[in-house]
Amino acid sequence: MDWTFIQEYIPMYVEAGELTLTIGILGIILSILIGMIASAIEYYKIPVLRQIVSIYVELSRNTPLLVQLFFLYFGLPKIGIRWSSELCGIVGLSFLGGSYMTEAFRSGLETVEPIQKESALSLGFTPLETMIDVILPQALAVTVPSLVANVIFLIKETSVFSGIALADLMYVAKDLIGLYYKTPEALSMLVLAYLIILLPVSIIGTLLERRLRYAGFGN
Amino acid sequence: MAEVQLSIKNLHKSYDRLDVLKGVDLDVHKGEVVVLLGPSGCGKSTLLRCINGLETINEGTITLDGEVISGKSQAEMSKYRQKIGMVFQSYDLFPHKNIIDNITMAPRKVQGRDRVSAEKEARDLLARVGLLDKEKAFPRMLSGGQKQRVAIVRALEMHPEMMLFDEVTAALDPEMVREVLDVMLELAGQGLTMLIVTHEMAFARAIADRIIFMDGGHIVEQSDPETFFTHPKTDRAKEFLENFEFVARKRKNDSV
Amino acid sequence: MLVLAIDAAREPAISILFRGNNFVRLLGGLWVTIRISMISAVLSIPLGILFGIFMMRKNPAAKAVSRVYLDFIRIMPQLVLLFIVYFGTTRAFGINLSGELSAIIVFVLWGTAEMGDLVRGALSSIPKHQYESAAALGMTPMEINIYVIIPQTLRRLIPLAINLITRMIKTTSLIVLIGVVEVLKTGQQIIDANRFAFPTAALPIYGVIFFLYFFTCWPISLLAKYLEKRWKN
Repeated sequence: MDWTFIQEYIPMYVEAGELTLTIGILGIILSILIGMIASAIEYYKIPVLRQIVSIYVELSRNTPLLVQLFFLYFGLPKIGIRWSSELCGIVGLSFLGGSYMTEAFRSGLETVEPIQKESALSLGFTPLETMIDVILPQALAVTVPSLVANVIFLIKETSVFSGIALADLMYVAKDLIGLYYKTPEALSMLVLAYLIILLPVSIIGTLLERRLRYAGFGN
Repeated sequence: MAEVQLSIKNLHKSYDRLDVLKGVDLDVHKGEVVVLLGPSGCGKSTLLRCINGLETINEGTITLDGEVISGKSQAEMSKYRQKIGMVFQSYDLFPHKNIIDNITMAPRKVQGRDRVSAEKEARDLLARVGLLDKEKAFPRMLSGGQKQRVAIVRALEMHPEMMLFDEVTAALDPEMVREVLDVMLELAGQGLTMLIVTHEMAFARAIADRIIFMDGGHIVEQSDPETFFTHPKTDRAKEFLENFEFVARKRKNDSV
Repeated sequence: MLVLAIDAAREPAISILFRGNNFVRLLGGLWVTIRISMISAVLSIPLGILFGIFMMRKNPAAKAVSRVYLDFIRIMPQLVLLFIVYFGTTRAFGINLSGELSAIIVFVLWGTAEMGDLVRGALSSIPKHQYESAAALGMTPMEINIYVIIPQTLRRLIPLAINLITRMIKTTSLIVLIGVVEVLKTGQQIIDANRFAFPTAALPIYGVIFFLYFFTCWPISLLAKYLEKRWKN
């Protein structure tokens, strides 16, 4: 191992890691929003929109992110839609993540027994209050494990951004291998960078899951 | 006789093609305790659910204190439901809230009452049903009978004018049935209007001012409990009661 | 030649697919992807079953080893694993692995870990009373496994294993980034070769590739969903 080389190039990894994280976090936030809206559409069985949601979920879940990104980044500019690779990454990640989050929220909502809704209504809660005060807290507690799994999955998926010329961690590693043949150094830093990003998420997820487990017991 | 509080006229309810209620007429007076009996599938639970607006009805009207409450949207139902407390068969406490929050959530959020007075009243009610020491517990830590007593308290805290009980002891272990029925007997003594669906015959006889016997989506017979249990008028009611006696006698023979 | 190019430019970009054997070439590219995923899946499933059973052992050393293997493989992006094998092995051992072989190695390592975890999950979801009531009927441990445990485990496992295959196919799209000529690369080649005749070819080509993946994975997902529903009880 060439330690001076590693020292010299740490800042490049930090910068690339920040880019990966920024795009990842923005994409995850948008995915969660899409997931909430889409699962609400499914929960309330809104006609037409519901069919659109299920087509979207199938399209998004049955195609790879890299192919989605190629279409967005190389295909769409041909009909005048031009975007930076950063924006493209965020849009692609949200398109992919939205369907995974939809499924997570849906299965959470499905676990709340209908009697919970009925007893809240019979106490005089409005449908909206019933959703916010009674159904959502229970559904979210059940959803946490799959939410965390999705977050980890989406951060991992950002690794394909290098395919659309985004200067992320993979891109830097490939650069260093190509330019200097410092393969072990470049790969070790790559693995370390992902561990630094993903291990805390995984640990926080496990802790959260343990704390929220009570709701899973139901009565 | 006291004034009519709840009036049901020509109520029809069907699921897809299955007719569950086929024209039910019923008046309930203020302070009256009405017990609904009948074989399973006769429509008695559906009747309670229609009164509380949990089912949309196909035909007829339901009037509470002279105001039509049927055919309203879920959002409009909110204010009528505050006058009608309902307790279900089981599993209806909110698992993510402790006992005191289960009881005070609706008064605070729906009626805008302040926490201090809502909690004070909740403690008084919990003391009355013997559960004061459980206020900080979560539903999963309680037995079935305790949960049902809390569910009753939670409904009472809304100051309802009327209570609906839908087979509240059916899912309980036998030794817990009594503690719940005792609470209901006490309430009946205080002049609260109650509609009760139950399969506990001795309890029905003890608590009811009037027995309604339903079968096949109709009210078949109604009378005071003594008359109903000793001299049922219709064959269907006789048959229904005999079924219970048969079960009782068979059990007695088995245990010998 | 010039005239031909201008004429072609007036044609809608989608018609590039019907030029020469372009569409067949794309399908050939897709086949490379599918072949690699199938080889990896066929190897991972039996290895994963063995790994899953290995993980059920109570031996602490076996537990620790399998835990570290599983966690590392699952937390690393598959592309990182591909880089490690493709670029790393060349340096470390002086072997020059082809992109395809590196991909198969990585997907088998990854698939074994995932499949192993599914097997462990399915095995531990069988309630203890199933073993006990079978034993109470006088079955030997062998009979209990054959008639009671394995059939139930399979019903839980098969839909999940089928889903793993779609994940495998989707993940195989990454191999273009280590230089394997598969469907995306073939698409790029077609676009480059026709960049004057069909300047907007990227849109239909990548659109078609999108749907090629979709129509490969979607039926498999539907099958998994159907089996899951059917075997729920």
